[in-house]
Formats: sequence, structure tokens, C-alpha cells
Amino acid sequence: MMAIKTIGLKKIFKSGFGKKIEALKNLNLEIKKGETFGYLGPNGAGKTTTLKLLIGLLYPTSGNAFILGENIQNVNIKNFVGFLPEQPYFYSYLTAWEFLDFYTQLFNIPQKIRKKRINELLHLVGLKEKHADLQLRKFSKGMLQRIGIAQALINDPEVIFLDEPFSGLDPIGRKEIRDIIFKLKDSGKTIFFCSHILSDVELICDRVGILVHGELKAIGKIEDLVETKLKSAELAFSGLEEEEKEKIRHFCNRMIEHSDKTLAVFNNRESVNEAIKIIMENKGALLSLTPIRETLEDIFLKEVTHDGQTT
Amino acid sequence: MLKVRAILINTFREAVRDKILYNLLIFALLIIGGSILMGTLTIGEQQKIIQDMGLASISIFGTLIAVFVGIGLVYKEIDKKTIYNILSKPVHRYQFLIGKYLGLIFTLFVNLMIMVGVFFSIIFFINGTIKIALIQAVFLIFLELMLVTAIALLFSTFSTPTLSAIFTLAIYVIGHLSHDLKLFGAKNQQIWIKNFTKILYYIMPNLEYFNIKSLVTHNLPLPENFLLLSSLYGITYIGIILFLAICIFEKRNFK
Repeated sequence: MMAIKTIGLKKIFKSGFGKKIEALKNLNLEIKKGETFGYLGPNGAGKTTTLKLLIGLLYPTSGNAFILGENIQNVNIKNFVGFLPEQPYFYSYLTAWEFLDFYTQLFNIPQKIRKKRINELLHLVGLKEKHADLQLRKFSKGMLQRIGIAQALINDPEVIFLDEPFSGLDPIGRKEIRDIIFKLKDSGKTIFFCSHILSDVELICDRVGILVHGELKAIGKIEDLVETKLKSAELAFSGLEEEEKEKIRHFCNRMIEHSDKTLAVFNNRESVNEAIKIIMENKGALLSLTPIRETLEDIFLKEVTHDGQTT
Repeated sequence: MLKVRAILINTFREAVRDKILYNLLIFALLIIGGSILMGTLTIGEQQKIIQDMGLASISIFGTLIAVFVGIGLVYKEIDKKTIYNILSKPVHRYQFLIGKYLGLIFTLFVNLMIMVGVFFSIIFFINGTIKIALIQAVFLIFLELMLVTAIALLFSTFSTPTLSAIFTLAIYVIGHLSHDLKLFGAKNQQIWIKNFTKILYYIMPNLEYFNIKSLVTHNLPLPENFLLLSSLYGITYIGIILFLAICIFEKRNFK
């Protein structure tokens, strides 16, 4: 049984004057239990639309979606689901404690367990006891994001949807939220998250999907998507005469000179070998050799720009 | 049930932490208190003036609270997207709407009790007693407010707060003029106006069924079974309006 499965999920929005916008086109997705899935795409690609369809804020125009084998139209499946919305829109007049207590009641969590659960969650997201009685209007962006994660975990969910969990956080905040996600991952939860911050996605996710203009353009493990062959290599050296450097300059892509050091960039292995041979033969010093491989960002940009050219 | 209760309490909590509510309530209490002053300006009609002004203030300010606080509370949930979080939990949309409605009714009830408390204290201080007809009048005002709140809730499920407020207040005014509407239609020669006013008369709520203020202040008896029939009319109408609101809300997409 898949944790999340969509079959031909489609959403068309009707705007004024009979104009139709296809926000999501036949999405077919299968996410296994315990998997951490990164859902990527530029603004307006349809990421939030997908999330809203999965949690029942939008109704699909056609297609079906299942969470833990149950159709998403069944409200009871939400007992096993956690959701953090993109912007932390919460009741600003409530204290952190009142806020979390409100959500425990929506899950019919017995009063005896509530107190313990809320304390555990406040601790997990790094909020101190003194914050519990503070109204949410006095919370900083980072604290709101943490309380948002706490409410998403209030029912100890099996499947967690996180919409831009790192948005607006400073590097320390990002690290803390990342650590929480790692803890959830280690405890076997299925995590589905949308993010723009590709370095975090690369670090956390088992698989990623890239959505462009409502269409899933690529899906798979990062190492499968990223080409393993060398994209380029950077070679740093010193101690060569101008004449030898000129030989290397002929077959390298780019050469940058800085005081007595020279950095040459090559786009194939043969050229690197040739350059090393010249350095060795002329008793130059090889300072470093850095292979440059394709990153998730390259894949992302390739898919987005390719689509931009074809549409 | 616990889910509806949680939404009810949260709605009440939000309303009591809202400044508009206190502004309206203080203004209402000032007018009820001011009725003593107005009463002293008349000879022999003091009681009538106090009763008339008191009941009218409770009715008007109750309606304003129902319309402005009521519409704001549902719209804010959608506008500030707090509803996203509620509907991502195992809560049916009808549970949300009923919880919200009951929360508003509870807020209105508490406000009404404060206004009635002050009003009855003044009457008791002057008269030494409170007649049963006054309690009946307050009960019918509360029923009317429940109906107005249901209408406000219905509009706020699909419209903006400004439009919802205009529509609700328009229905409130038409509802109190429904007898005149029928009369206007009957006296008109144009067939389409006759039919239009007739349809409007039957569709619009007749809020005069909840208005016994003049009967009470003039010490006139209520028609037989008036209280029972008005209550049945009110509850049925509220039921239909809430059903419509739920139907619209169930189908709504939250973009």
C-alpha cells in the first residue's frame, strides 16, 4: 500500500469570461511509506494546488487521490495526516497552549493525554515553557513556523505535508526545522514537502518530483536524475612558464590567473589528463583538482527553462 | 460533538477578544441607561419610554453584533486562511459551519444577557417587578437574532464581508416591512409587480413575527399561540438557511 497515490489528478480553475486555467495536469504519483518526497517547481507551478487537493481544500476536476489506501474524500483519513500550510496563518489571539489544545480537540484526543502531548510537542519544536502562555501575535516568524510544525504533528501523523517549511527562516531556524524533519524521517513518517530551497531538498529527500506548469516533468531519486558523469573539472596549479600556460589555454574552457596561481576549467577528462601531463613534465605544482558534477539546481533549471522554451 | 464544541469555544474566544463587540455593547448599555433620562422628560409615560427604548436598543445592537461580528468571524477564517488548518484535520465542513454558528449564537446570548441584565435592573428599580411579557419579548428578539445570524452566515460562505453586511441588513429591513410589501403588491395593478411582491413576501423572512415590542409597552395581550408559532417559524427558517449555507460551503474550493 502506498502512503500517497494520485491517478490522473487534474484541477482546472475557471476565471472570469469563461477562461480556464489548468493548474494541474493528470498527476500520477506514488509515494511509499516512510519516504521523504520533495515536490519542486517554480512559483505558480501547481505545488500548493496539489497539496490543497490532497488535504481536501480543493476538489479535483477529475482523477483520484488516495492516502494510506483511502480515498481523500473520506474525512477520517485525516486522522493520520499532518499539514503545515505555506504561511503560518494561525489564530493570533490564542496563546500557544490554547492553540495546540484547540487542535487536540479536533482529533478527539482525550483530556488526559492532551497535556502530555502538547508538552512533548513544544519540547520537540524547541519552544520553551514561557512561550506556552504567549499570544501567537507576539511570536516571531521562526517561532510561528515551529508552532505550525507542532500543530501538524499533534495527532502523531503517518503522512506529513509540509508546504515551504523553510520559508522566511534564518540559517539557524532552517537547521532546526531540518533537524526536526530528520527526526520524523528516522521515526518512519512519510514526508511530502514543497520547497524552493534546493540545498535542503537535496539533503533531506529520498526522491524528488519537478512540477512545471502543472505537469510533472521529472521524478526519481536525486542520484538518478543528476547525471553521474563529470560536468566539468577545475584544476589549480602554479610554477609554469607563460609558454606552457599558453599550451593549456588552447584546450581548456576558461583560465583565471591570480598572483602565482592559475585556475583552469575543463569540460572533459582527456583535457584534464593532458593538462596534468604538461604540469608534471615542466615541474609545475599541481595544487588541486575539483570535479564539478550536475546538481539538483541544474536539473531544476534545465526542466524549467526547457519548458519555458517549448511552451 | 467535541469538534463542534471546540470550534464553538474558539469562535466565542475570538469574539470576546474583538474590540468591535465591546464598542457596540458599551454603546447599547449607554442608550439603555439613557432611557431613564428620556423617561423623566415625559409625564406618566416614563415606564413606556424606558421599555420601548430598552427593547429597541437590545434588538438593534443585537442585530449589529450579529451582522458585523458574525460576518467578520467567518470571513476572517477564509481571508486569513486559518480555515486551511481546520479543514486539514478530520473535521467535516458542516461541523465547522455549525460550530461557528453556535459560537456566534453563544456570543450573542452572553451579550444579550448583559444588555437584558442592565435593562431589567432599571425596570425592577422603577417598578419593583418584571412582567412576563418583557421576558417573552426578549426571547423573541433572541430568536430573531439567531435568524439574522444564520442569514449573515449564509452570505459569508460565498460573499465578501461588505456585500454580506449589505445583503443581511437589507433582508433585516425587508423582513420588518414584509406586511407592507404584501399590501403594496395587493394594491398594485401591474400583474408582474403583484407576483414579484408575492414571491418576495413568501421567500423573505417575516421578522415581525418576532416583534412584540409595541404590544408589551402598551400592555396589550399576545394573540393565542403567537409565541409557539413564532418559535416554530423561526426554527424552521433557521434550519433551511443553515442547510443552504452548508450546501454552498460543502462545494466551495479554497483557492
